[in-house]
Amino acid sequence: MVGMEAYVILSAVLFVLGAMGVMMRRNAILVFMSVELMLNAANLALVAFSRQWSGVDGQVFVFFVITVAAAEVAVGLALIVTIFRTKQSINIDVLHQMEG
Amino acid sequence: MIDVPSFAELNLEVALPGIFLALFTTVLLIVDLFIPKDRKITTAHLTIGALVVAFVLNLPAFNAGETAMNEMFIADAFAGFVNMIVITGAIITVLLSVDYMKRSGIEHGEFYSLLLFSVSGIMFMGSANDLIVVFIALELLSIPLYVMAALRHDDVKSEESGIKYFILGAFASAFFVYGAALIYGATGTTNLPEIFRAIAGADGIVATENSAMIYLVIGAAMVIVALGFKVAAVPFHMWTPDVYEGAPTPVTAFMSVGAKAGGFAGLLRVMIIGLPLLVVNFGDAVETMAIGETITVPSAWQTALWLIAAATMIFGNFIAISQTNVKRMLAYSSIAHAGYILMAVAAVGTVQITKVAENDYTMVAVYAESALNGALVYLLAYTFTNLGAFAVVMSLENNDGSGTMLDDFNGLSKRHPLTAAMMAFFMLSLIGVPTTAGFIGKFLIFDAAIQAGLIPLTIIGVLTSAVSAYYYVRIIVNMYLKDAAVTDEAVGLTPYVNYATIVAFAGTLIFGLFPMLALDLLASSGAQIATLLF
Repeated sequence: MVGMEAYVILSAVLFVLGAMGVMMRRNAILVFMSVELMLNAANLALVAFSRQWSGVDGQVFVFFVITVAAAEVAVGLALIVTIFRTKQSINIDVLHQMEG
Repeated sequence: MIDVPSFAELNLEVALPGIFLALFTTVLLIVDLFIPKDRKITTAHLTIGALVVAFVLNLPAFNAGETAMNEMFIADAFAGFVNMIVITGAIITVLLSVDYMKRSGIEHGEFYSLLLFSVSGIMFMGSANDLIVVFIALELLSIPLYVMAALRHDDVKSEESGIKYFILGAFASAFFVYGAALIYGATGTTNLPEIFRAIAGADGIVATENSAMIYLVIGAAMVIVALGFKVAAVPFHMWTPDVYEGAPTPVTAFMSVGAKAGGFAGLLRVMIIGLPLLVVNFGDAVETMAIGETITVPSAWQTALWLIAAATMIFGNFIAISQTNVKRMLAYSSIAHAGYILMAVAAVGTVQITKVAENDYTMVAVYAESALNGALVYLLAYTFTNLGAFAVVMSLENNDGSGTMLDDFNGLSKRHPLTAAMMAFFMLSLIGVPTTAGFIGKFLIFDAAIQAGLIPLTIIGVLTSAVSAYYYVRIIVNMYLKDAAVTDEAVGLTPYVNYATIVAFAGTLIFGLFPMLALDLLASSGAQIATLLF
């Protein structure tokens, strides 16, 4: 039987990896994947806690997170495609029209 | 195991304003398909009609004090007030958009649907009584804004603004979900009043040795980070200037008031109802207390919010000084204003502990009510004032997005005396000069902060307000004392924009002269929150 702490630590590691990915990756798609990793780390924690408390609140939350993440994907990919059409690149370093 | 509630038990009628708006928007998307491309003004009229209906529906639900959907949703004075702020703000935004969208060549019927979706998200946020609802409302208000920011799709600035907002917004949402997960892990519930009761514990005092405490503190910190992004607080503000500058101006105007109102509604709900008593370090004071004695301690998150508020006020105001683009200057000014409202949130974190009997304590966040009133009145004042300021900026803006520099305001008082006078009044309100609504908001917030013992923070607030006068007055000087080098007409000064400016001006003036109007509406909010908890 794996202890509760193991799940929380795993989810924390995944979350930190995702956060580092968002900050360090330059490719918009990879940044976006890192955000998804962070959300799924949170989902893992929610499911684990839900089991600990033997309630369904956490699992219900997870369903909502998955649904909302799908909506975010739709908008995010559309934005990335638009920027690719204008810039021929999805490197987020090329986005510096405005400074100051 | 799971009881399926009956339809009547859901008590949907108290959630009617938000539900109506969300449903109407879905229908509007389809109706819009049948409206010919050159008559999109009809969609705008339908949108305003829907907002007016939602405003009326909000009145009976205003003071209901009832929960809906298994206590996930609550209609109280706080929710009603947030609804009023955002519906009024949205009506002004629609008035601003009609001509702007047409002359910039980005007139799409979907714009109004996106705006309404975002509005209903903010309305749900104001009524959220559960972390799940806060999350969904946060996304419902953000996702349409990502699209709206990138609406000017032939302009790379607008696309850039959309994608920057999207990436940082999604990043912040992930923080919120993880923070909510940790709070759930510590308390076993996502319902805000139940979180409050779980934290307060059986004997009325938080068990600091509890291992759940670490989850709670990290969870609260992550929620603050996530909502800090939404309200553009330093150090989570990096996206703000770029997004505000790049997005179409009516969208910027709505973002600066709507997204901020939504973010603060969520932050206030979570902090006031869920986590006010999260005190980590009592020191030795609690052990040595005599029966009947009362001490005041800061909650675990107060110092963090204190620092964020101070940094936000200082940074926002000082960087705004060096801006030459008025749109960008208003972006930094909106960061600074977030700092003032955060000051009110920090004031909630002063907790009073009374020892009633041996091993029996009561803990109360005594300044929650005055802080809440301050924050809400400030948001109301800021909504009118800032939308007004953006309306004037828009009337000077050219079709290609230029014309928003400081020098473009030179000699405005001679070309358009009425517009210039109203702009001057908005600037004075943003500084916080008496007889303007901005003054009332600042006064209430400083008052709450002083009561809560945050004297240094209040001093920083007053000093930075004085600093802000420099860049706001500069616009007045340009309008009245300088002569115009350019003589071109203000292309954006159309009747609709004029109506919007006048509505914003009236709001700023009326709430400045008669603050009791707003305060009376709020009178019952604090008491309601207290009865909800105990």
